[in-house]
Amino acid sequence: MNIIVVGLSHKTAPVEIREKVAFAPTAMERPLHEVIALPAITEGVIVSTCNRVELYATSRDAESGIVQLKRFLADYHDLPLETLESHLYDYQGEEAIRHVFRVAASLDSMVIGEPQILGQIKTAYGHATEFKTAGLILNRFLHKAFSVAKRVRTETDIASNAVSVSFAAVELARKIFDSIEDKTVLLIGAGEMCELAARHFINNGVSNVMVTNRTFERAEKLALEFNGKPVLFENFADHLHQVDIILTSTGAPNFILGHKQVEEVIRRRRYKPMFFIDIAVPRDIDPKVNDIDNIYLYDVDDLQGVVQANLKERQKEAKKAEAIIDQEIGQFYRWMASLEVKPTIVSLRRKLEDVRKGELEKTFANLKNLEGKEKKAIEAMTAAIINKVLHQPITVLKNAQNEASGDSYVDAVRALFDLEPPRPEGDMKSLDD
Amino acid sequence: MSLDILFFKITLLLYFAATVLYLVDVIARWEKAGKAARWLLTGGFGVHCLTLVLRFLEVGHTPVANLHESLSFFAWTIVGIFLLFDLRYRLTILGAFSCPLALTLMIIGSAAPKTIEGVNPVLDSWWFPVHVILAFSGDAVFAVAFAAGVMYLLQERMLKSKKFSALYYRLPSLQTLDSINYKCLTFGFPLMTMGIISGAVWANSAWGGYWRWDPKETWALITWFLYAALLHGRLTVGWRGRRAAIFAIIGFLFLLFSFLGVNLLLSGEHSFRSLGGQ
Repeated sequence: MNIIVVGLSHKTAPVEIREKVAFAPTAMERPLHEVIALPAITEGVIVSTCNRVELYATSRDAESGIVQLKRFLADYHDLPLETLESHLYDYQGEEAIRHVFRVAASLDSMVIGEPQILGQIKTAYGHATEFKTAGLILNRFLHKAFSVAKRVRTETDIASNAVSVSFAAVELARKIFDSIEDKTVLLIGAGEMCELAARHFINNGVSNVMVTNRTFERAEKLALEFNGKPVLFENFADHLHQVDIILTSTGAPNFILGHKQVEEVIRRRRYKPMFFIDIAVPRDIDPKVNDIDNIYLYDVDDLQGVVQANLKERQKEAKKAEAIIDQEIGQFYRWMASLEVKPTIVSLRRKLEDVRKGELEKTFANLKNLEGKEKKAIEAMTAAIINKVLHQPITVLKNAQNEASGDSYVDAVRALFDLEPPRPEGDMKSLDD
Repeated sequence: MSLDILFFKITLLLYFAATVLYLVDVIARWEKAGKAARWLLTGGFGVHCLTLVLRFLEVGHTPVANLHESLSFFAWTIVGIFLLFDLRYRLTILGAFSCPLALTLMIIGSAAPKTIEGVNPVLDSWWFPVHVILAFSGDAVFAVAFAAGVMYLLQERMLKSKKFSALYYRLPSLQTLDSINYKCLTFGFPLMTMGIISGAVWANSAWGGYWRWDPKETWALITWFLYAALLHGRLTVGWRGRRAAIFAIIGFLFLLFSFLGVNLLLSGEHSFRSLGGQ
């Protein structure tokens, strides 16, 4: 059995194409059933997000499976296959597994490490289980992809640094202050970005908030929202020495805080550090303020620079993630192979055991005056014969399970002994993590 | 090779491995290396304790009578103090800065002659171990303050200039580093003070005079005033951050000089030769 992937993403297709092949999340039953109705396809999952549309499927014949999936994608959305073809990628076998692991771990995302994609794949998988189009292999495969994504998240720092300007401000505060929970934030003005940053601070444990605005009503309204204290704009400078983090975004044409003023404030604070975040354009705070000891001033461009540096860090971490994925692919590959062999051995043994039991019963029925000891000896002898006979074929099967030829041995054994097809559900638990 | 030298070499190897792993953790950002480094360092410290005990049994006095012994003893106190701080702060990166320091002392110590020096019987009293243990513990605490100071200056530089290297992500917050600086000062300063006082008492019992303005004493006093100024500044004027970090760095350089420079370059009661009464 092969795992195959067909799809397109932000890397291969512009939004005009992506929106045309997207699947509505509310109507997944029809496309899912159409996928598994394709002659070469046995199981199927459809992932559809704003950045990618992908079909995960299993097939005995990977090549024709891929062709049929591509045709399905075009036909379903009434698009000519020729226009779609150039945007589509397809993978099979190890490459398919690697691709899905990378997507789930957010290595293929537009912003590396963003967490949404994992949830989106989980939802897609939910649809597939609801409509029973994911079977043994895709079940196991996607669960593995989820656990790989989790490993990447916990074992690398791929998602640990902010990639948004407002969150970068919170992280910088954490590099200046020991903890930000006991710090006081002052919000000057009411720009959208400023509010967003304030909300990030509050979500990260800051409880003391002061708000000031040229229109006091606006300050009062925001203060109510943040559970903070409104301050008259004319007086805000008097409160500065109590404040550790200042967020400003006023429409003022000139600096509202100068070098000298801040120098006085820091002296009054006995040089306890202060963090100024100036999101206003034109800027609210004299950039020279950054030169004062224990004062850290960041404007919009500085924060943008932090985000860029963080993105570079994420790319470095992505290399570690690739190594984790390499490991997990090997494990999963071996499992797929053993899936075929193990149930075969079990049913082979069961089959011969049934024959032995039946023949023993007949024999014992004829030889009525056998003693218990003799019966036991005969039972042991027949069991030994079966074990000796089975020893070689089972060894060969087990050894073949890690090789490409494994499938053909399994096929042959099933045909020669007329074995039932495997019911591997029972096998899944034992192989699960 | 006597047993204590063998153990010394094992210690050196373990410290070396720990240093490499700490650096691997910080540079390649591989956290398992840092954890392994902690174990190796703790193991190294254990072996080092044994080394000192063996050396003590072999030479019959506190093993700080020559350069080799002193360096080994100083490295031992630095690692011990670092491990204590590590219990509280769990800062791998502090290890990456402290460990190389201890390792350097050990390497110089392994190159120094290991001949056993006799100690002048006048000096061989209980004050000897008390004085050196207090003095070296104080020095070791200030060594950690030095490491934290260097880390502070690096992190502050990056936050001010807004140019971030990989180190930025591994260094703790400025406030944490500053609080290490303060903690070190509150432990190191009393230790150093007691070290000087115990030395004076020892000198009095040995030579009948508390203070002789021997170069080591002079330099120790200068260093003491430096740290006293820092402690005073911190407590009354609110000195902190960069200034405190710079003070801790300069203070430690003075300490190193009064430890190594005075013993090697200047002569006086503290030089190893006069300790032996030659």
